[in-house]
Amino acid sequence: MAAPLSVEVEFGAVVNPGKRAVRSLLFDGVKKHQVTLPGQEEPWDIRNLLVWIKKNLLKERPELFIQGDSVRPGILVLINDADWELLGELDYQLQDQDSILFISTLHGG
Amino acid sequence: MCEVGEDYRAPAGQPPPRPGREQKCVKCKEGLPVVVIRAGDAFCRDCFKAFYVHKFRAVLGKNRLIFPGEKVLLAWSGGPSSSSMLWQVLEGLSRDSAKRLRFVPGVVYADEGAACGQSPEDRAKTVAEAKLVLQSVGFPWHIVALEEVFSLPPSVLRCSAREPVGTEGAYKAAVDSFLQQQHALGEEQQSLPCPPRPPIRAGPPTAGQTEALSTLFSSVETLTAKEELLRTLRTHLILHVARTHGYSKVMMGDSCTRLAIKLMTSLALGRGAFLAWDTGFSDERHGDVVVVRPMREHTLKEVAFYNRLFAVPSVFTPAVDTKAPEKASIHRLMEAFILRLQAQFPSTVSTVYRTSEKLVKAPRDGCAAGTPGPRCLLCMCVLDVDTADSATAFGAQTSSQLPQTQPPVAQAEAPTVSCCCTGMGGARHCCRTEEDPRARVIEQLCYGCRVNMKDLPSLDPLPPYILAEAQLRSQRAEAEQIQEYLLEDREDEDARPGES
Repeated sequence: MAAPLSVEVEFGAVVNPGKRAVRSLLFDGVKKHQVTLPGQEEPWDIRNLLVWIKKNLLKERPELFIQGDSVRPGILVLINDADWELLGELDYQLQDQDSILFISTLHGG
Repeated sequence: MCEVGEDYRAPAGQPPPRPGREQKCVKCKEGLPVVVIRAGDAFCRDCFKAFYVHKFRAVLGKNRLIFPGEKVLLAWSGGPSSSSMLWQVLEGLSRDSAKRLRFVPGVVYADEGAACGQSPEDRAKTVAEAKLVLQSVGFPWHIVALEEVFSLPPSVLRCSAREPVGTEGAYKAAVDSFLQQQHALGEEQQSLPCPPRPPIRAGPPTAGQTEALSTLFSSVETLTAKEELLRTLRTHLILHVARTHGYSKVMMGDSCTRLAIKLMTSLALGRGAFLAWDTGFSDERHGDVVVVRPMREHTLKEVAFYNRLFAVPSVFTPAVDTKAPEKASIHRLMEAFILRLQAQFPSTVSTVYRTSEKLVKAPRDGCAAGTPGPRCLLCMCVLDVDTADSATAFGAQTSSQLPQTQPPVAQAEAPTVSCCCTGMGGARHCCRTEEDPRARVIEQLCYGCRVNMKDLPSLDPLPPYILAEAQLRSQRAEAEQIQEYLLEDREDEDARPGES
């Protein structure tokens, strides 16, 4: 039984000197979410996290973010500011206080 | 399974095991890798930065197109690639003198809010954000609204005389004389490569112009045509800014990924003849202002990581296709196609991109080197259209299209039309002016732009400079034709005196 986790989920790649919130249209304008993942039987990995995001954070058009059980091609995933390809992609097991960042490289995304 | 989870939470002294991260950076063999590029090479933060910066400078160095002291306009959209380009130039200019970039930059930002249906408040907010970034960069900048296309002069669409293309020798000579000049100026001047100048911004667009622009864009029937129209108008506007402020180069931030998508999109749009111009490093179609693409070897993934790791600011601006579904336009479809392939075959983008590198800009057969043929009114490429060759599918398309677009007048006044066919110069002129302005514009377009204009039910909402230039061109063509007839007549007289 894995205990609840608190992780930071961030959307969009925009770092602004003025620290202005940048609208990410898919997620109701909110860029950073501090989320608490409930305790569950299986350990939390990115695959589960995506399902959780789809259910709890996505406001509309999930197909613009998720395709199959992964992110849509063209969306990059950074785990604690490192490429998820280095960390096992979907199989990476989340730890408390991890920060997960999704960057869209899609046009007009 | 459960134990694994417990393990992670245990406040052990050593850091928890991270699968995959035992590997080291492929360059320095020491650093902890943070990004995987080029199909599996893991780079650490420092080596990635060196790799990224080197690539930018290498592209500029290899092509030797930008002369020292030259005024270069950076086209900045606010997006990640062009923002990264801005920062690369900023960094390049602040380096020690041996490695410093030596051109004089300026930035142009085009506010396209009206084309995307943004509210005036949102637009003001976006422009304010853009201004903030521009202030922190410190280059002279120009913020223009897309509405300004309605006050462009028709001369924007003319290809100005080409300056002699710089040879290897000319480049070296220019560098030498620049260095001497700099030496004479002294050190204190060198530390300020571009003195801050007051920002240049025309007044906000009038409500009427905003209205006209949104009327134009809402009249376009497909998203594909909308994107192409926006691209065309934006290019004209940036070109105008460059010309009026004396910039001889424009830098665009197209990344390798974007260019691969653009190459496939252009093919699908019927712009195959212009691929080398649309996607190459340099684009000389405008003559006096050359467009260069220094980000063309950086993939979007590299750009995104660099911007994130080194806090490069960018501004989020909605595009015409924001939130559009995948199949809404050829552009979107091609993007999804390439990126999906790339996800499965990591060499997709680089393979497509390398193809674009091999394309050669060759003049069309039959066009003498010195005298380029007529150019497309919108994209300003040498026309790929051969009206004489009606046997091809394209010939059939044009000949079927023209009668259609001509108003019933042409049929009703059949006698007038037939009088043209007799070849009398004066008569031709008189009925030409009655001709549908649409047909007149269409016949001055390349294949791709013609197809695109099909999705515009009426050309009336187009900015006046396009219609004015179309009229000017067709009048000029008629004048030339008349001239030809006059000349022929005289030759005939000379050859057979007395017969006429």
